[in-house]
Amino acid sequence: MVKQAEKYVTAPHLASREDFLTTRLDSLVNYFQNWSRKNSLWPLPFATACCGIELMATAASRYDLARFGAEVMRFSPRQADLLICAGRVGIKMMPVLQRIYMQMCEPKWVISMGACACTGGVFDVYATVQGIDQFMPVDVYVPGCPPRPETLIQGVMAIQRIVEREGIRSSQERGKGYQLAIQETYGLNVSQTEKTGGQVH
Amino acid sequence: MSTEQVIQVLQERFPGIDFAPRPLVATRKVTTDQICVRIPPERLVEVMTFLRDDERTRFEQLCDLTCVDYLQFPGATDRYGVTYSLLSLTHNHRLWAKCFVNDPDPEVPTVTGVWPGANWMEREVYDMYGVRFTGHPDLRRILTWDGFKSYPLRKDYPRTGLGEREDYPTLTRESS
Repeated sequence: MVKQAEKYVTAPHLASREDFLTTRLDSLVNYFQNWSRKNSLWPLPFATACCGIELMATAASRYDLARFGAEVMRFSPRQADLLICAGRVGIKMMPVLQRIYMQMCEPKWVISMGACACTGGVFDVYATVQGIDQFMPVDVYVPGCPPRPETLIQGVMAIQRIVEREGIRSSQERGKGYQLAIQETYGLNVSQTEKTGGQVH
Repeated sequence: MSTEQVIQVLQERFPGIDFAPRPLVATRKVTTDQICVRIPPERLVEVMTFLRDDERTRFEQLCDLTCVDYLQFPGATDRYGVTYSLLSLTHNHRLWAKCFVNDPDPEVPTVTGVWPGANWMEREVYDMYGVRFTGHPDLRRILTWDGFKSYPLRKDYPRTGLGEREDYPTLTRESS
């Protein structure tokens, strides 16, 4: 009994209701392709302000973005598939960012990191772009001023889920991007840590 | 030689101009040794060349060249005050000079012939305040983008702009 596999939301072997694996070979191959693709995102850090510092902290040893396979920062758009726009972007900088985005090869995704890249933040002035999504597709918004590294990791994980579910869809197909917003995460509650005798839950 | 003596030298050399020394910070009740003189724009280059070349003054360095918009400033008579900050490395003294111009056509002669480093600073003042520097070799905008028409540091310019950021074109594969 062979069931036609639907569009997989989870792994193909879980989609089967029976005890044994029933799937099509191309779906299985597709699944492993997406699995390997989501675990080897190569980000392009477009860091223009203080969010860039948090981005560096995320990639460094304490938060260790390498756990998610996204530690290979590529400074050439040709080699990257995830654009992390961290920091405010001026009107004069916008053509540069747009050109970098267009130079990236498909498939490509965009994280808009921090309040300034998402909305302009406190810089409600004549020279600052009020959200890069006015000019280019954005898949995940990461809030915060600047976001904590945990929040950025949440954003990278959201991109991973998109890759797992969608696989390769060209950016033109996706239009303005997925525009997902990440819940802001906060640091450890110190007082609670003290209460539990230093054990962190 | 102190800055007061520099002003005396100036007064002797240019008796037609009033070089009354004023404190640079006038509104606060603080003592300051930063002294400012006014120079009329039509004799600016002459005075600046003298200040640079004379044995007693020797202002080799133009530290800064900026501008202040005195629109609605209490007690102000002129609108734009182009400000020069001079430093003498030989004598270790400083002097501030201001050159006042007005709308509708604010024009100041360039000092790039005296200090070549004034080039970009004058371009910045032109970009932000719209003060034209006559005789400048390359008077283009320096900070704002191509196609920007306003002068954003003027006091009557709204903070969020006049719609320039909304009208900015999106780059596409075809247009790039």
